Amino acid sequence: MAKSTFVYVTYIRTTPEKLWSALTDDVEFMKQYWFGVYCESRWTTGSSWKMVQNDGQVSDAGEIVEAKPPRRLVIRWLHQSKPELKAEGESLCTMELEPSGTAVKLSIIHTIERDPSKFIAAVSGGWPKIISNLKSLLESGSIALQEPYPGESVHSGKE
Amino acid sequence: MAESRDTDVLFKALADSSRRKLLDLLHAHDGRTLNELCEHLDMTRQGVTQHLDLLEAANLVATVRRGREKLHFLNPVPLQEIYERWIAKFEKPRLKALADLKRRMEKTNG
Repeated sequence: MAKSTFVYVTYIRTTPEKLWSALTDDVEFMKQYWFGVYCESRWTTGSSWKMVQNDGQVSDAGEIVEAKPPRRLVIRWLHQSKPELKAEGESLCTMELEPSGTAVKLSIIHTIERDPSKFIAAVSGGWPKIISNLKSLLESGSIALQEPYPGESVHSGKE
Repeated sequence: MAESRDTDVLFKALADSSRRKLLDLLHAHDGRTLNELCEHLDMTRQGVTQHLDLLEAANLVATVRRGREKLHFLNPVPLQEIYERWIAKFEKPRLKALADLKRRMEKTNG
């Protein structure tokens, strides 16, 4: 079957436990690197999952398919707000955390069973900025980007 | 110290036209095997492998195993870091000046 996939990899100088917490239950931390967005879940296999935008709107929802802290997280992910993206159906987002020297290798693999996919195109613009912010926040204590699209006023951005 | 070594590896990986072509090929169509990539380059299979190894060491290419095959994906995260470190910083004041100009013009029109 045709499939769209992207793979993002970064090495972050931190521990798997801290990175796991930054990707899951530390809501205030997540809002700092995710431009005000946070995810809500119990972060256990089978529990529900949702992504909340900074205006309170739920943009994406789904289920935790697999949670093995602090190593592997798989989310069944369905976009909610834009009809043309929602129509593409469920996607699968896998996050893997592997210790690598003094750092942790974070791999994010997002797939959907169709090619081409507008959903994958939409999220692939966002992930590098989010991951890059996460890396600088964990390593240096401050974020690199205040807004997802610098120079445009589409987002209020967090100070 | 480790940071600047990573940056050296990254810029060295980009400083070669065949490797940049490999990145363009993956950008056009992600998730390709070595054989598929070899078709587009006038180079030995071993040569392509070496270039891919360098790109992987610089974290510009990520690989995923699927059965016996190894699929290559463009990993844009280091490019985003270059953008933030070496581009956004320098273009930001100019973008801000443009945005300010636009705001001022629109205010006087309204």
